[in-house]
Amino acid sequence: MRGRPNLYTEYKSEMGLFPTTSKKVSIALLGVVAILVPLNAMPLMGFLGDAGWMVLVNKALIYAIAALGLNLLVGVAGQVSLGHSFFMAVGAYTAVVLGGEAGKTVWGLGLPMWVWLPAAGLAAALVGILVAPTAVRVRGLYLAFVTLGLVFIGQYLWRNLGSVAGGPTTGRPWPKLEIALWRNMDPIISFTSDGPLWWWLTPVNWLPWVHIEEMSGEAKTYFFVLATVVIFGLLAKNLMRTRIGRSWAAIRDRDIAAEVMGVAEAKGKTQAFAISSFYAGVGGAILASVVGRIIPETWDLFLSIEFVAIVLIGGAGTIAGVYLGTFFLIFTPRIVEEVTGWLAAQVADAGPFAWLGNLFIRTGPDDWIGIVSLDAYGPGLSIFQFNIVLFGVLIIVFLIVEPLGLFGIWIKVKNYWKGWPFSY
Amino acid sequence: MIGVLASAHVVAQVPIEKFLNALGSGIALGAIYALLALGFVIIFKATQVVNFAHGAIAALGAYLVAYFATTANIPGRWFGDIPQTLSWTLSVLLAVVLTAFIGIVIERITIRPMIGEPLFAVAMITLGLDLIIRTITNDLLDNTTKGLGDPWGIKVVEIGFFRIGQTQIVTVVVLIFVGLALAWFFKTRTGIAVRATAFDQEAALAQGISVGRVFAIAWAIGAGLAALGGIFASVPPRGAAGVGPFTAFFAFRAFPAVIIGGLDSVKGAVFGGLLVGVAEVMAGTYLGGVSWLGTGFAGIVPWLLMMAVLVVRPYGLFGTEEIRRV
Repeated sequence: MRGRPNLYTEYKSEMGLFPTTSKKVSIALLGVVAILVPLNAMPLMGFLGDAGWMVLVNKALIYAIAALGLNLLVGVAGQVSLGHSFFMAVGAYTAVVLGGEAGKTVWGLGLPMWVWLPAAGLAAALVGILVAPTAVRVRGLYLAFVTLGLVFIGQYLWRNLGSVAGGPTTGRPWPKLEIALWRNMDPIISFTSDGPLWWWLTPVNWLPWVHIEEMSGEAKTYFFVLATVVIFGLLAKNLMRTRIGRSWAAIRDRDIAAEVMGVAEAKGKTQAFAISSFYAGVGGAILASVVGRIIPETWDLFLSIEFVAIVLIGGAGTIAGVYLGTFFLIFTPRIVEEVTGWLAAQVADAGPFAWLGNLFIRTGPDDWIGIVSLDAYGPGLSIFQFNIVLFGVLIIVFLIVEPLGLFGIWIKVKNYWKGWPFSY
Repeated sequence: MIGVLASAHVVAQVPIEKFLNALGSGIALGAIYALLALGFVIIFKATQVVNFAHGAIAALGAYLVAYFATTANIPGRWFGDIPQTLSWTLSVLLAVVLTAFIGIVIERITIRPMIGEPLFAVAMITLGLDLIIRTITNDLLDNTTKGLGDPWGIKVVEIGFFRIGQTQIVTVVVLIFVGLALAWFFKTRTGIAVRATAFDQEAALAQGISVGRVFAIAWAIGAGLAALGGIFASVPPRGAAGVGPFTAFFAFRAFPAVIIGGLDSVKGAVFGGLLVGVAEVMAGTYLGGVSWLGTGFAGIVPWLLMMAVLVVRPYGLFGTEEIRRV
């Protein structure tokens, strides 16, 4: 009987984080890959360690932090929210007021990261608690509109609170990801500067082709963000299988029935908003810090839609789905860019795929065939616009064809091979 | 110089005149919101779909008018010397019909397969549609603004102290006309079918009503009304420069109007639209000079109003309370 899929002989093993051997092995492998990639040491995937791709990987991981929070709110607790970018902004601006440098027109206390990062999450959580009573009273799609309103009200606030957000068109610099003991002290650990790994890790050099004595700042940021993602992911996973997570699922599935069974609805919704906003706040603070300088327009509806799309495309209510969804959505635009560049090169060199390039790329007003133009203006969508359209198309196609998202596809593939060669 | 003159004009007004002028342009703005909200509510009532792409469809309709009336000169190029008002009206009708057709296509391709899915999943589809339509419209506009070539421009009517733009009068007239037309439509055989479907889809189906056709009709009406709203949002005084990338976001402010009136109330859409419009203009008139409020406060007044209403009445002023079962 051992090794049968989905056979659990006791409740404890079914609730385990990694219940099967194959899961343990694949997680361990993933961990090895995750450590080797930024060191340019992973065969075939070494290119991901280059600074250009590393920035993208970091962005995906940071998005994953905030998306984990939205997944708890939308996927587990069933509360529709379009206001995630608002909570991220609250976190980011808390971080910059506590950790940023004071200027002539902007506030800043210059406190170290171990103060501003948790504070960013807590401030966002506090705002989440303030919003929660509305969520208790207003349900379903009306709640979507309330959270949509938060985004617009937030943008008005950030545009006008110059001392917090900096100028409407210039923004202000964010504190860097570096741990110091107190303000104005040299950082003990910096996650942004190029150079050798931190002093206490320098002698470690097991693999001869790995050069950890010279690491890019992006790779260091990667390790910090990766650790945060792993911790927050485990927290979310644990939360889902405890009393709180079960009460959220009950509220999501049938709120009145949940109340009848003794689940406190108002309490559950408040918890969901607070914890989801905590994730958003931390994610927003790290995002702003890594980007370095952010204008108020960044925290717009599009950002919120991106997160809802990550949750839905990945698979609502699943942790693995969040990771799949973020990497899928962050990497697709870059892949489109690379493919377009390759097709343009094919057209220029009259390569074997030149016909495909001619079909896809529109060169001028007289070229009536093609979707993407290489210029920002003129006929045809620019690559940037094409990516937004593609994003919309992906949302629609996924929701129509595969409502369970990428995670659902994975389950289908798994089930197919489980019974192979029998199809049932 | 114009700005200085205008502010001098405002200062010279006595309070009641200032109030009445603000009320007039508030109602005109509210009429735009009401047109947008009406289309939204009709789609929601008949098909249970929250159409987040409404603003994008409105901007698309406005772009079509700009294209027909200025760039392509349709139908002016065939009729030659007809009055500009008539030829512009024909362009508008053409654009509205075309947008309505686009609405039918959208419904058939993306909404019909989602029948029976959770409401939020369908709402998410319309968010995807919003991105697609908005981006394509912006690309057609080359990310600039484009005038609609309307015959009234910035001309105003002055009755004593009362000043109102000619387009504003037209907007209100169009809203009244649309309201009457809808009231008539809901009494016709097709309109009764729409109402029956809104009440209970399965029961309507059992009575021999083609629910699919009702869906198509509702989307056609909704998209057409969105286009009308978008057009009047893109002519002076509201959209002085014409239709541009911001038009879709302007139309987003019709959502609070819908929610205040209640998602499924036609009467509420008109009332909510007018209320939001008046509130926004009043805030701009009386709170515009309050320095600590900063810039753009009038723009979020609709959202603040919506939240206040929702806390008191969770289903809007005229919305049907959802019956919840265990």
